[in-house]
Amino acid sequence: MASKKKITRALITLLTVVLFLATMFPFFIVVINAAKSSLEIITDPIALPDKWSQLFANIKTIWTSPSIRYASSVYTSAIITIVSLITISVFSAMAAWVLVRRKTKVSTIVFIIFISGLVIPFQVVMFPLVSLFRIINETFGIQMLRTFHGMIFAYIGFGAPMAVFMFHGFIKSIPLELEEAALIDGCTKPQIFFKIVMPILKPIFVTISILNAIWIWNDFLLPSLILGIGQELQTIPLAIAAFAGSFVKKWDLIMTAVLMAATPILIGFFLGQKHIIKGMVSGSIK
Amino acid sequence: MKKQTKDHLVFWLFLAPALISFVVVVIIPFFMGLYYSMTDWTAVADSTPVWVGLENYKSMFSDFAFKYSFIRTFLFSVLSVISINLVALTFAFLVTREIRFKNFYRAGFFIPNLIGGLVLGYIWQFIFKSVVPSIGALLGIDFIENLLLLADPNLTLFGLIFAFTWQYAGYIMMIYVAALLNVPQELLEASEIDGANFWQKLISITIPMIAQAFTITSFLTLVSSFKQYDIIVALTNGGPTDLYQGQVVNSSELLAMHIYNVAFKYNNMAEGQARAIIFFLVLSVVSIAQVYYNKKKEVEM
Repeated sequence: MASKKKITRALITLLTVVLFLATMFPFFIVVINAAKSSLEIITDPIALPDKWSQLFANIKTIWTSPSIRYASSVYTSAIITIVSLITISVFSAMAAWVLVRRKTKVSTIVFIIFISGLVIPFQVVMFPLVSLFRIINETFGIQMLRTFHGMIFAYIGFGAPMAVFMFHGFIKSIPLELEEAALIDGCTKPQIFFKIVMPILKPIFVTISILNAIWIWNDFLLPSLILGIGQELQTIPLAIAAFAGSFVKKWDLIMTAVLMAATPILIGFFLGQKHIIKGMVSGSIK
Repeated sequence: MKKQTKDHLVFWLFLAPALISFVVVVIIPFFMGLYYSMTDWTAVADSTPVWVGLENYKSMFSDFAFKYSFIRTFLFSVLSVISINLVALTFAFLVTREIRFKNFYRAGFFIPNLIGGLVLGYIWQFIFKSVVPSIGALLGIDFIENLLLLADPNLTLFGLIFAFTWQYAGYIMMIYVAALLNVPQELLEASEIDGANFWQKLISITIPMIAQAFTITSFLTLVSSFKQYDIIVALTNGGPTDLYQGQVVNSSELLAMHIYNVAFKYNNMAEGQARAIIFFLVLSVVSIAQVYYNKKKEVEM
């Protein structure tokens, strides 16, 4: 009996390792081919590179490429991602809190409007959105297309329904006593929210921020419409699209570009790995 | 009285940032889109759209490319849902068993989810075009050496499904892991004492206990495969071409991409918008039906 259990465990471990290696295989392919010259990659895409120093030469080519503008694109992506995920979380938590705590017909209607956003696919609003941003520019003189604030504003709008929905569910389970006690102590409503409610919401903040960070950092279609491909302001996916479009079949450089595009978010993942895995598991039960 | 107006003010001030951006970015464009879909709207600036009624909808239903794209999207979505959930469930079972370095494997299976569709599409394009034939040559297996998944219109979808499963299964795994950790261990141990084997335990205890997770995961996978765009742009860009009812069509141009191409490549914004409206209706009906069906099943289990 005990030996049978041991065999089962060994088999499970073996299967896990095999599947793990299979999952990692594409990364392995990217790394070895990012260190090859264009000739080497054509002759043998699965051999190890002749000399790893080629990797640095390739990185230098991508770094200085005028269509990728790596440093500036990473900066643009980072600003858009960080500002968007903070504003989505804070604004949605604020909205969800007043919607839960003020039980009126208006609250119910507004909540339903938010929820309707969960079933509206991006494709159905993307063309009119660009047109509306143009109208806003012509009417109010606020430039929304090809700007940071236009991009972030769009992410708040698209990110709000899911975040409001998740915060709403969580806030409902927080007992009211704490807030009532603070009110008696003379706290104002905003003080109650920022000093008492926000800290309680921390686990949901983490889950929502992880999901939004992965979405926004990698998003392609929305920025391609709002910022445009090959424009001054470009995110990493737009830069990759512009580069791969102009360098058809230069696989050695495309692999290097892909590696450099994935590096920042992979570093972010390894730094926060513990919280991310925990946040994903606990948040997904809700 | 004064307190009440102040509360009112706080209510709207707290609501305003999220509500205004949501209404401007989603709700207003949604209704604009409904209107535009019934006009001759084009991307050309300064032209006022003229009302054409249901013309765009009529021409859509007689368009073979749209029909073809619809069938393909449906096929892709069904196969993706099955493939992603099977792989995710397998991952989840493995990483919730008594093995060492559980968290390490969980992280490993999740990592592809960090790679965006566009970047991932280029990686897999390279793998399918260069790496797979090289591996075939190395092993001396002609079938693998000549397997050009992306060049064959009948096989392209499988290439897309493969790449999409690689990306998404790790995320879905997390949901299953959460559900599996909630299955009471006592129940499984008790059934083991009663002599239940692995399959009996799986079918009569584990699967019913994680029924709620199935509702979530099949909803998520269905919606995201139906809307898939990024991976396809980088992996196949709609190609290769195929013949459908004697007409040339793009074999991997699924609906999301079809809508985009009709609007921008053929500069027919109004028709693209009409197709997007139908896309929205179909997606809503299918996903609501799916959740309804699963919820019913959940209760039965």
